[in-house]
This record gives sequence, C-alpha cells and structure tokens, in this order.
Amino acid sequence: MLHIVNKSATERSTLESCLRMATKGSAVLLIEDAVYAATNGNAAAAKIQAAAADLKIYALGPDLAAWPGACWTESMSWITAVLWIWSQSTATVSLGCNLN
Amino acid sequence: MSDMDEMEDGSGIVKKFMFLNRKAPHGTVYALEGLEVVLITAAFDQDVSMVFTDDGIYQLMKGIDTKGIEVKDFSRTYRALEGYDIEKLYVDQASLDARGLTEDDLIVDVTVLSVDEMANLMAEQDVVISF
Repeated sequence: MLHIVNKSATERSTLESCLRMATKGSAVLLIEDAVYAATNGNAAAAKIQAAAADLKIYALGPDLAAWPGACWTESMSWITAVLWIWSQSTATVSLGCNLN
Repeated sequence: MSDMDEMEDGSGIVKKFMFLNRKAPHGTVYALEGLEVVLITAAFDQDVSMVFTDDGIYQLMKGIDTKGIEVKDFSRTYRALEGYDIEKLYVDQASLDARGLTEDDLIVDVTVLSVDEMANLMAEQDVVISF
C-alpha cells in the first residue's frame, strides 16, 4: 500500500500514525511539509530511519528542494528515492543532489 | 495637540507586539499572512518583536527554492525587515536543536533564546499574536 503524508512531523502526529499502521513492504511518500521529517538532524528522522528497514520511503523532489539545508542525499540514506514528476510522463527517480 | 487628544485618536501610543511564527513557510498561508500583519503593525510605529519557534524556524532558512512547488518565495522579505525598523528577531534554541539547525542556517541575524529567556520576553509584551 502507498501511504502519503503531507503534514510536518514536528507539528502533528500524522507521520507517526502512518508509520505505526504501515505494513512491511509498504511505501510511504512524503510530500509538502512532511518532507522536513526526512531532513538531517530533524527529531523525526530517526523514526523514519528505523521504519526504513521494513518500508520504502519516498520524498517528493520539489518539496525537498524548497527545504534548503545542505545537500541531503548522501547522508539521508533512509530515503529509498526522491521523486521528480515533471520531467517525464512517469515518475523519475533521481538520487543526485539538486541543490546549488 | 494635548495629551488627551492623542489618547483619543490613538496616535502616539506605542505597545509592545510579539508575533509568534510557529508554522513551516509553504504548507499553509500562515507564514506569509503573518509577515503582512507584522509589516502593517510596524507601519503604525509599534514596538515589534518577531519570534520564530517550532516549524516557524523553517521560514528563515537560507537558500529556499520554491520554483518546483510554484509558490511565492517570501524569505527575502525577512532581510528587508530592518528597513521597516523591525530589528528584534528571536529564535528558540530548542526548536533549532530539534531540527538539526544552527544560527548559520538562517537568512537573517537573530538572537537565539533559551526557553526561560523566551518566557520572560513574552511576559513583557502588551500583545502576543501567534501565526
């Protein structure tokens, strides 16, 4: 099953609830304010890291790009893939750092 | 104009306003709308303090790029606040820590406060408005 979360994990408990309910092998897609949870040093990142053992974690690229911290991809290994959906008709997967 | 006249039309009265910015910048309109209210308040020559706490910290991040999500990037406005005599910007240390951020990640110079210092600052205000 695909779970989509769009609220910040440091403001609401939606991500935590989602991770609790998601069964092994499910996909969790972080969009909008939910992508903050996946960023380095965020208090919620550890929860995602722990959940990543059983789940596939995706984040929407443009929402992550709006979050401007340092290059996130290499150290944020708990994210299975970052999705960019405007470049092709199907979702493309990019793991390169998109930040200048 | 006598003191009584000044009291009646409200001019000359300066109150201490604190604006608490608690939400991430792009998921809701709170951050942008809050910024508008801050500018209006400053235009009335009031004593304005801006506090960034919880996800509000993300409003001040350096290098925000909103092209991909097609919303206005208003983060540069924070750098122009000085021109509106808004110079009191405070950030909650615990909120920075919880997000793995430091003062260096922020687009403007701020004063970082502990919880106790923040509580004292809040207690000094005449008006506290939360966005």
